[in-house]
Amino acid sequence: MEYEAVIGLEVHAQLLTESKIFCGCSTKFGAPPNTHVCPVCLGMPGVLPVLNQKVVEFTIRAGLATNCAIQPKSVWARKNYFYPDLSKNYQISQYELPICLDGWLDIEVEGENRRIGITRIHMEEDAGKLVHDPSQPVSYVDYNRTGVPLMEIVSEPDLRSPEEAGAYLRTLRDVLIYLEICDGNMEEGSFRCDANISLRPVGQAEFGIRAELKNMNSFRGVTKALEYEIRRQRAILDEGGKVVQETRLWDADQGKSFGMRGKEEAHDYRYLPDPDLPPLVVDEAWVERVRSELPELPGAKRARFMEAYGLNDYDAGVLTAGRPLADYYEAVVAAGAPPKAAANWMMTDLLGALKAEGREIGQAAVKPQGLAELIALIDSGAISNKMAKEVFAEMMATGKGAAKVVEEKGLTQVSDEGELEGLLKEIFAANPEEVEAFKGGKKKLMGFFVGQVMQKTKGQANPKLVNQLVNKLLGE
Amino acid sequence: MEPHELTLAQALELLAKKEVSSVELTQALLARMEATEPSVNAYLTTTPELALEQAQAADQARAKGEAGPLCGVPAGLKDVLCTQGVRTTCGSKILENFVPPFDAFLVARLKQAGMVLLGKHNMDEFAMGSSTENSGFGPSHNPWDLDAIPGGSSGGTAASVAAGTSLFSVGTDTGGSIRQPASHCGVVGMKPTYGRVSRFGLVAFASSLDQAGPITRTVADAAAVLQVIAGHDPADSTSAPQPVPDYSAALGRGVKGLKLGVPAEFFVEGLDQEVEQSVKAAMAVLEQQGAELVPISLPHTDYALAAYYIIAPAEASSNLARYDGVKYGMSVRREEAGLLDMYLDSRSQGFGDEVIRRIMLGTYALSAGYYDAYYGKAGQVRTLIRRDFDQAFEQVDAIVGPVTPSPAFGLGQKVDDPLQMYLSDVFTLSTNLAGLPGMSVPCGFSAKGLPIGLQIIAPHFAEETILAVGAAYQEATDHHHKRPPL
Repeated sequence: MEYEAVIGLEVHAQLLTESKIFCGCSTKFGAPPNTHVCPVCLGMPGVLPVLNQKVVEFTIRAGLATNCAIQPKSVWARKNYFYPDLSKNYQISQYELPICLDGWLDIEVEGENRRIGITRIHMEEDAGKLVHDPSQPVSYVDYNRTGVPLMEIVSEPDLRSPEEAGAYLRTLRDVLIYLEICDGNMEEGSFRCDANISLRPVGQAEFGIRAELKNMNSFRGVTKALEYEIRRQRAILDEGGKVVQETRLWDADQGKSFGMRGKEEAHDYRYLPDPDLPPLVVDEAWVERVRSELPELPGAKRARFMEAYGLNDYDAGVLTAGRPLADYYEAVVAAGAPPKAAANWMMTDLLGALKAEGREIGQAAVKPQGLAELIALIDSGAISNKMAKEVFAEMMATGKGAAKVVEEKGLTQVSDEGELEGLLKEIFAANPEEVEAFKGGKKKLMGFFVGQVMQKTKGQANPKLVNQLVNKLLGE
Repeated sequence: MEPHELTLAQALELLAKKEVSSVELTQALLARMEATEPSVNAYLTTTPELALEQAQAADQARAKGEAGPLCGVPAGLKDVLCTQGVRTTCGSKILENFVPPFDAFLVARLKQAGMVLLGKHNMDEFAMGSSTENSGFGPSHNPWDLDAIPGGSSGGTAASVAAGTSLFSVGTDTGGSIRQPASHCGVVGMKPTYGRVSRFGLVAFASSLDQAGPITRTVADAAAVLQVIAGHDPADSTSAPQPVPDYSAALGRGVKGLKLGVPAEFFVEGLDQEVEQSVKAAMAVLEQQGAELVPISLPHTDYALAAYYIIAPAEASSNLARYDGVKYGMSVRREEAGLLDMYLDSRSQGFGDEVIRRIMLGTYALSAGYYDAYYGKAGQVRTLIRRDFDQAFEQVDAIVGPVTPSPAFGLGQKVDDPLQMYLSDVFTLSTNLAGLPGMSVPCGFSAKGLPIGLQIIAPHFAEETILAVGAAYQEATDHHHKRPPL
């Protein structure tokens, strides 16, 4: 039988606030264990949470960018369960009344647009981390991450394939990065994803029994785990079996998922409204202020790049993949570079070099002004394209300006007509047969003459000018 | 008059006149503690060295003209309030060795005002109880009758103020835990409006009900202490932003023209005759002074107890989850035992029976499938109770009635009957559910010589009305001048 996958994703995104959600401790990653803690995040007796307004602001941004309705009143709830990394043994979250409801996100899969529903977005606090001693059966707890703000974004079961799931995740991640509210780092866990997936016969309206997949920590992992799960469920259904509703953990090394034992997942979280926090009231003015400060989002920017700079879809896509990259591009153009040339240089040379260096665009030694300057030197004929590559490499390595590198390396292109005419006359004199053949219509020999000039000038002749001179001297 | 017989106001006057120093006063109270503590057991922890240090500092501050409003007055505090560097047990074995690294908001305020800390008062474990018999460290005794309970959960606090081992104090009230022991010990106990005093550093029992307030010998003293501890605290999101009025100004207002509601539901079968007589006599005194008594009804009073024993345990089951043996407090770690064993051992050995009972009640009430029937319904009842009061306060300025159904009962008398124990809070619970301020003022004694209290309840943030009524009553009577035969 033909089956169709029904997939919904739950994304946990760590918010880029300076301090934790309910206390003033730093959210910085990688500090020595238990150094970013205080009585509040340690859950000491008598302490109380105070909401970090930035967390709300960031979540409103995410809600607006994903077309959600921002709720005027939402409620904090306690999710009760015992685990040593949870200092209070309850997590402050939102349950029945979250801050964002009913949104959507447009994604593109194989050139086609799909609109994916977003059920809800809510805020919650992260837990700490257990560190297991490898040499003895002892575990330690690091509470640095306790109280780091998270946003949970729950999609509708609108995704129909692992590819769509991947596209949704990438699009969502790009949006959050554009909003500057999450760094989107899946490996470090600041962008995490769980998936609900079921199969149903094509054409059937009702959903099949779903499994929940956890522990995928890369985009590839999500796609692989979903593919595996589709194969697994299809095999069960094909044999006339029934899929068991369960939580399964993805093991990236083995490329398999494993069902958790029923006991471990049989949680009754005993949610209750948190009596320590009044309901969160977000007024219209606050929402409008955040809306007015929203940056241009990836989709809109891509369309504008095509429109304003005449870029094709692919180039616009590459250049708007990140806000810093897009900003860089616009700065190069603003500094006077022709849009197409700027795009070419960035996509091939700059991104290539950065990739080789393992650096981000913000760390590039060549600043937008410098790249624009280099492109201007090419356009003015001062250097050739080939030279420019060499100049660029030097600029990346040393951080020097284009003009300075050209000067230091003595790379200035020979554009002196008199000098080039002199050279050409020598070449014509030494190659009379070629001259005759050229005059007789064998225009391909142009390459030969240009090559000769390049040889004599060690590549520094302006090829365009040489072309013109050959035509002029050999009589058009 | 002996130093331990002083009211807060009297002590402050003597200190101001330099007729006594804080060190002398503190030494006198420490001596009083030595004399009475073996029989009263009001303190779980005493801090004599710290107290003398603070007394010395207070004397110096006063000499420099920098005396705060409570400068140099010695007192203990209920052990539910976090005190930096001084162990805070909540009356529980599970926190027997817990030393907070911070002061509760109100403790910081009291320190700033110049209080001298004598120690920490005994209480029912995690404020769950009405007799201090649920303390993990043995009960306190009523100074008026050492075989009687002092009430609870702030029993140690009320007993200490009555016995003269604190010249004032602060307790907490979740369902009557300030007013009921104050009533049983013949002192004034005031539960302010929910949100009036910050809960930061008050170890939570039931967060939506807990409120700290003064326990003192006089209404005027209660006003002075409330003045210091009331006010907005950004560290408590449920703390009220309303400005704090000058409470002392309310003391002389009198009751002329005030309408005082008398709820029919507070004078029902089961109310002890002596209590009824004393309370009615007190109401007559107020009437003589110009108040008008108005019969009112609070029709949902009967449901308060049931709603309270869903809501409070539900919140408690979550609040007390943090005591798990992982981070602080008692941790029972057996060889070869796993995580679950550590949780179970630490919690079953660290918590007493009543705490365990309430955690189980609350856990059950919040469980899947039961939430709507219990917690959800209790929340609806709470709304109805609040509405009862709102409607009553459309007609009257304050409500008066008994604090407890009977005077203090004997130690051990109800300890095996939790339901009977719960009923001793039947007249106080509903004010917590409604978030209202309430006070117990001594209004007489039983034939056996046990104190009886008059309860005064007012609308939200109308503490001044309560103080005016209480002060007018004390102006006309002298129950508050009596001291227990210790």
